Amino acid sequence: MIDPVSAFFTAINLIITCNPDVMEITSKTLQITFSSVLISTIFALPLGTIINFNEFRGKKTLISLIQTLYALPTVIVGLVCFMLLSRTGPLGSFGFLFTPSGMIIGQSFLIIPIMTGLTIAALQGVNPILTDTIKSLGATKVQFQISHLRETRFVIMAAIVIGFSRAISEVGAAIMIGGNIKGHTRVLTTAISLQTSMGNFELSLALGIILLGIALVINLIMGFLQQR
Amino acid sequence: MIRLENISKAFGDKLVLDRVSAVIPKGKIFTIIGPSGQGKTTLLKLINLLDTPTDGKIFLDNRSIYERNQDITTLRRRMGMVFQTPVAFKETVFENIAIGLRYRHILASEIIRRVEEKLKEIGLTGYENRKAWTLSGGEMQRVSLARVMINEPDLLLLDEPTANLDPISTNKIEDLIKYYNLEFGTTVIMSSHDLYQGQRLADKIAVMMNGRFIQADETIKVFSEPCSADVAKFIGIRNVLPGRVIGSEDGMILIDLGGITVHAISNIQTEQVMVAIRPEDITLYSEPDGKMSARNVISGVISDIRPYGIISHVFVSCGEVSLAVQVTWQAVRDMKLTKDKEVFLSFKAPSVHVMPHEEISCNISESKRNTPNNSGKYFPISEYL
Repeated sequence: MIDPVSAFFTAINLIITCNPDVMEITSKTLQITFSSVLISTIFALPLGTIINFNEFRGKKTLISLIQTLYALPTVIVGLVCFMLLSRTGPLGSFGFLFTPSGMIIGQSFLIIPIMTGLTIAALQGVNPILTDTIKSLGATKVQFQISHLRETRFVIMAAIVIGFSRAISEVGAAIMIGGNIKGHTRVLTTAISLQTSMGNFELSLALGIILLGIALVINLIMGFLQQR
Repeated sequence: MIRLENISKAFGDKLVLDRVSAVIPKGKIFTIIGPSGQGKTTLLKLINLLDTPTDGKIFLDNRSIYERNQDITTLRRRMGMVFQTPVAFKETVFENIAIGLRYRHILASEIIRRVEEKLKEIGLTGYENRKAWTLSGGEMQRVSLARVMINEPDLLLLDEPTANLDPISTNKIEDLIKYYNLEFGTTVIMSSHDLYQGQRLADKIAVMMNGRFIQADETIKVFSEPCSADVAKFIGIRNVLPGRVIGSEDGMILIDLGGITVHAISNIQTEQVMVAIRPEDITLYSEPDGKMSARNVISGVISDIRPYGIISHVFVSCGEVSLAVQVTWQAVRDMKLTKDKEVFLSFKAPSVHVMPHEEISCNISESKRNTPNNSGKYFPISEYL
């Protein structure tokens, strides 16, 4: 029987004592997740803006497709990335398989659709009178788009938090692309998976609590920024 | 100078603007009045290049704004538009006012100076760091006006800028519009459904109905000589009635309004006419007396009395015709006016404004005209304003 209270104290103990393994795994998790969120933001924001402000055939279908990809299974991303990055795959020459870079690519594939879709939704939610006001005040095309992004910054921040949460909590892609190599590609979720399979439920739960703690801190920071 | 030349705009099958033409001289205030949903906003948006017309041209200083080599952003920067609903950027008041200058890459020190100046003009000094969305509707509309005027546009477009505001905020906005027009010589085109606002501010008024300018003229002329029954009704004349010219007498024409005959001064040539008589031009008497020197004296029975502040409108049924008469609240009390009381109405021949007969062309439904509805009540003309 697992004792959640005991697991909680184990988690606290692991943090307070700066357990080197836990610190290493947590640090790796943050590095990989922040990198994939950064890359995804760089792609998703302009992509969402371009899709929203341009009229083209198949726009609605494309948006529907992007929204469908919100539910993209992480193991599918893992499988596709594995095939692309494996030595015999089209991107095999880069040697990204079983590396943190490969995991960043996988997580980015996973969260770019969510962040793009939410950017589009945020921009579509802008008051049309404000859109006319921006044009009327003499904004150039770039200024027009930047003003819209500024106006939707709180929603876009929420989109980034959602992307971060999805990336940090996924295990399928991380384990398939990263391989859960200790000290190299082991992250919190893959470590939890391993510890559980080894019967170390208490440690697994402790790592889970650390994971949730990180998500909580990120949300608190974003919440603070939104209220400013 | 702005010139509109046969502007038409259709959304699908619906024709919103139908060959609208007008010339607005530089530095003047031109007000488009008309009931809601008649195309006023669409026209302003076309001038501001926020939409394109289906047909027609708009000239700014004798140059079409749709010429291919014209840069839309440069043209838009010569104008500014304030919308009916005040909208705030999720920024401070300072940033809300400064945004147009930031688009124009004006130096930061100059931006600070000009924003402070505008805040002073709109009476919101000290509000720089307030979040704009915490302002009241009236304050935000003043910020909207400052946000536009800080860019020193040649042309100010105002789409019912006071439609959602209380009377005090409305007065402040009107004062600012007059100030900017006089101080900076800014040409103003504004839409309003408040005809008295049009009268207060405008040099020239255009009455828009069904996407067309039914009458565009000097303000006083529109109010004193409406060209059609629709315009007469819109400018607040309650008694607009169809009639038939049945003869002439002493240089005046005799018009049968259906049961009553009135004298009028007009050189209209058609037999079928429309007649407008202002309620304030009719005098009401409890009984006939020698003071009734006017040409038209008729008797009738009071069918309804409606108070409007210190004045009341007394509706008098004269045969088949119902006439509204304006009296003071005090007079209603002193004359003991009540429903079903017999009274006498008197009005001069020049008070009877005669217009050509025409089909009602605006979207005012039959049931909303100045006649009793099914429940025997009258719809006030203000319902369409």
